[in-house]
Amino acid sequence: MSNNTLSVSLDGGHGNHGSSDTVFGFWLYLMTDCVLFASLFAVFAVMSNQFAGGPSGKDLFDIGGVAVETAALLLSSITYGFAMLAARRGKSTAVLAWLAVTFVLGLAFLALEMREFSHLIAEGAGPARSAFLSAFFTLVGTHGLHVTVGLVWMAVLAVQIVRGPGLSERQLTRLACLSLFWHFLDIVWICVFSFVYLGSVL
Amino acid sequence: MAHMQSLSADQGHGSLRGYLAGFVLSVVLTAAAFWLVMHGAFPAQTAMIALSVLAFVQIVVHLVFFLHIDMSAGQRWNVMALAYTALAALFLIGGTVWVMHNVSMNMMSR
Repeated sequence: MSNNTLSVSLDGGHGNHGSSDTVFGFWLYLMTDCVLFASLFAVFAVMSNQFAGGPSGKDLFDIGGVAVETAALLLSSITYGFAMLAARRGKSTAVLAWLAVTFVLGLAFLALEMREFSHLIAEGAGPARSAFLSAFFTLVGTHGLHVTVGLVWMAVLAVQIVRGPGLSERQLTRLACLSLFWHFLDIVWICVFSFVYLGSVL
Repeated sequence: MAHMQSLSADQGHGSLRGYLAGFVLSVVLTAAAFWLVMHGAFPAQTAMIALSVLAFVQIVVHLVFFLHIDMSAGQRWNVMALAYTALAALFLIGGTVWVMHNVSMNMMSR
């Protein structure tokens, strides 16, 4: 009975209003996430000269590799945009295809980041080497963790769309929230490549 | 029904042209930032200012073309929350750098 009432109120006249509230609520969560990243950037800014006699960013960072990572993430932003456009036209097969492309690009980004981290650690430049490296691993690692969560979320949504290809209002809301999350991560990455990588090798 | 459509139009406009325009602008701005550093012909301070300007412009491009933030009435609270967060981030980062700079100057640790 109560289950029935719930589904009526979700699918009834207020359904759409509810979904726009959901997207706004998710937007507010992203704003708090933004403050989290701001504090990590503040820590990095303070620690960016504290090498403790160890290697600096200039010695360590491979800017070519960062350019490839950046390209993967930027491409994944526009392919997610294409998934949203397909979703609004109700074409669930196209949505799945674009989500798959986005997923692969996100996975490529993560693989490159993991490779960079393991190289750094193998060279003895792990997070315990200096305050600079601690701040670097915390900031970039937190971003990578967010990307990982985004990929898991994307896989879950894709499975839901495969099982119910009708693209209901709720599915569109979920896709819209992940869209905000994914594009937000790209914005954080703009600050990472500009101030962490490029700023360190100047 | 008309009401529902106007709401969903508020939530997610964005067209193929919008996404492509945002993508091209982002590629140009990103390439400019990497070129600036790899070229290496600029003094560090000038390059840092240029990097900051490029990053700021690219963030605005992403907000407008990918996150579809605009000044319409339907988005007033989204923009308000964003503006407040930007201010908080500015105080957080600027304040931290300022205070810690003074600490290291006065403690002569640098």
